Amino acid sequence: MTTQTSIRVKTLVIDGRDVSAREDQTVLQVAREHNIFIPSLCYLEGLHPVGACRLCMIEVKGIPKLQPACVTRIKEGMEVVTRSERIDKYRKMVVELLFAERNHICAVCVSNGRCDLQNMAKALDIDHVGVPYQYPRLNVDATHVRFMADHNRCILCTRCVRVCDEIEGAHTWDIMARGRDSRVITDLNQPWGESESCTSCGKCVHVCPTGALFEKGKSVAEMVKRRQFLPYLTTMRESW
Amino acid sequence: MTPEELSKIASAQQETLKKYTHRIHVCVAAGCQSSDADKVKDALSAEVKAQGKEKCCLVKGVGCMGLCSAGPLVSVETGNILYQEVKPEDAKDIISSLDGEPVQRLICPTDIPFFSKQKKIVLENFGKIDPETIADYIAVGGYQALFQALTEMDPPEVINEVLKSGLRGRGGAGYPTGLKWSTVAKADSTRKYVVCNADEGDPGAFMDRSVLESDPHRVIEGMAIAAYATGADQGYIYVRAEYPLAIKRLKNAIKQAERQGLLGHNICNTTFNFNIEIRLGAGAFVCGEETALLASIEGKRGAPRPRPPFPAQSGLWGYPTLINNVETFANIPPILRNGGDWLAAIGTEKSKGTKVFALAGQVKNTGLIEVPMGIPLRQIIFEIGGGVPEGRKFKAVQTGGPSGGCIPEQHLDISTDYESLATVGSIMGSGGMIVMDETSDMVDVAKYFMEFCMSESCGKCTPCRAGTAQMHGLLDRICSGQAETRDLALLEELCDMVRNTSLCGLGQTAPNPVLSTLRYFREEYTMKLTDASAKAAAK
Repeated sequence: MTTQTSIRVKTLVIDGRDVSAREDQTVLQVAREHNIFIPSLCYLEGLHPVGACRLCMIEVKGIPKLQPACVTRIKEGMEVVTRSERIDKYRKMVVELLFAERNHICAVCVSNGRCDLQNMAKALDIDHVGVPYQYPRLNVDATHVRFMADHNRCILCTRCVRVCDEIEGAHTWDIMARGRDSRVITDLNQPWGESESCTSCGKCVHVCPTGALFEKGKSVAEMVKRRQFLPYLTTMRESW
Repeated sequence: MTPEELSKIASAQQETLKKYTHRIHVCVAAGCQSSDADKVKDALSAEVKAQGKEKCCLVKGVGCMGLCSAGPLVSVETGNILYQEVKPEDAKDIISSLDGEPVQRLICPTDIPFFSKQKKIVLENFGKIDPETIADYIAVGGYQALFQALTEMDPPEVINEVLKSGLRGRGGAGYPTGLKWSTVAKADSTRKYVVCNADEGDPGAFMDRSVLESDPHRVIEGMAIAAYATGADQGYIYVRAEYPLAIKRLKNAIKQAERQGLLGHNICNTTFNFNIEIRLGAGAFVCGEETALLASIEGKRGAPRPRPPFPAQSGLWGYPTLINNVETFANIPPILRNGGDWLAAIGTEKSKGTKVFALAGQVKNTGLIEVPMGIPLRQIIFEIGGGVPEGRKFKAVQTGGPSGGCIPEQHLDISTDYESLATVGSIMGSGGMIVMDETSDMVDVAKYFMEFCMSESCGKCTPCRAGTAQMHGLLDRICSGQAETRDLALLEELCDMVRNTSLCGLGQTAPNPVLSTLRYFREEYTMKLTDASAKAAAK
């Protein structure tokens, strides 16, 4: 079943620890294997990394610019620093910017207590948002029979777009407009319920890090996201 | 086509032109066209007919003559006379005066520094050739460099000349062109592409537009040479749809080149094949970023992706792709004609050759200029540009568009090259140069550029999407007198964060206008703050 490939093993240093890794791995993957915490929101194992949320920025010795760990391939002898005063500050600001950008009101959110954004704020010791809230007016799409899309909670990580395209193969989701007006849409901005390409598989709902995509009938803090299918499907496809 | 046929076309066209004792050139680039240069040209042609001078007098549309502020410009090539602000009614006087004294009231002096301080390489054919006639380009030595490369040089020799010339990318970042070429040439692949980035989007910049409108064949020739050197056989020109005239002339030029066998199969009877297609941008500034541009050519959403891999390794549809700016390609034919050392002798140690600038804003002579690298900024603004009009005082010059910075009076004596501009907090950029006088409010300038970046951010990465919106909000508060010291501190923190964490160049450079105005005009910010400590500090 599995084919023998000649992938070389390299060694690198992450936060002063010597670690070994396959040469096709990224810094983020290797760090996670070794229980070194690098925060990220747009990254999800099994989907193509896009380097968009900018939470996983790390320092690599010899490169002046910070690098996103999710798309940085490891190299022999690479020296990585995953935390510093500067990196911690930037990561906090990224999360604060996300909170202020849309209307994240945890107390009334279906994902309260189970939200990746909320957990990230906790992990990074964020106790307040230092930038002004933007309060944009955004709609909720409740046209689908089983699911709902609440743009007030969306952080534009594009996990839904990628899982629908790469795993389900439907490409129902995509992004429209640009900058702060960007929004995830179904088909050509039709209501979700009228989408002809949507297979109602629900993968998008379960990879969504926040309460932006959720199942109908769930009340505050009731939405449990089940992502076991993703590593399973990816592994099955690889070995097939 | 063979080299002999090429020189036959050249000499035939030269002969045709020589038959006319009077050759009148009318600028038909976008600047002069907007002030009715087309009508002037028609009036002149009609007048020639009316006076029965068709046999000895040629009226020809040519590319930009540079001094756009004095347009429409008309030159009588045979008498070395330049007329400014010509109206259709002036046609009669101009044609009647051909054998006698020039029309004094219309004369534009050509011995002023605006003309004498320039050094034209990229713009050498501007105002001389008809951009819509390939024979005109061939008559001034066009396509000879391509034939020379194809018949006398192998690809490594071509790359070597470009390396020797020290040419750096004219799109703004200044990456060594020869190095880029050799990377693509060395990439092992069955297909390769050459892409010309003509998605010029900086406010106030019109260099690439002028080159495409005035001398499109030069860009095509540069691309063909690049394709030969790197082993590509397909080229794309990504030009923004807001440039209809440039697109029309490019399409026309490509068609002419194809008809003459200068594009297509077996060019110059060699095994070299090369085709060019045009792709139109749909109005997104971020598509000037190379990975976003490639995505857009592929028909995808114009959003940048993380590099590496760089386009030279994995570009269009995953194949190695060479991307250069319009002006970079336009520099290639003269480098091959005169040798790399010739260009390397012009400019400074690290910045070779010339740079085209679009001079705009509060300056007397607005227009298109080309100067050797290393010329002091002061000379560009006060000698070539003629200084600030109406006796007002100079305040700052903005280079590099929304990615650049404002340079104040005290730094005007620095040399115009990639490194020096960076040391004062700006960048060379693609060549936009906006002069501002004492009436400009620098916070407002910063706010304008931030608004531009905010609305042009693709929205992919958090710092650029949400950060620019926050920075714009803070600048708006400062401008409207509602901000306090802590707002300014937050603005500075955001600048630092967005610059260091954004995905592509747009976000990484978006804070530059704020940072540079803060560096030189901080008091303008603090004066607008409302809290007591800020007021005390301002005093």
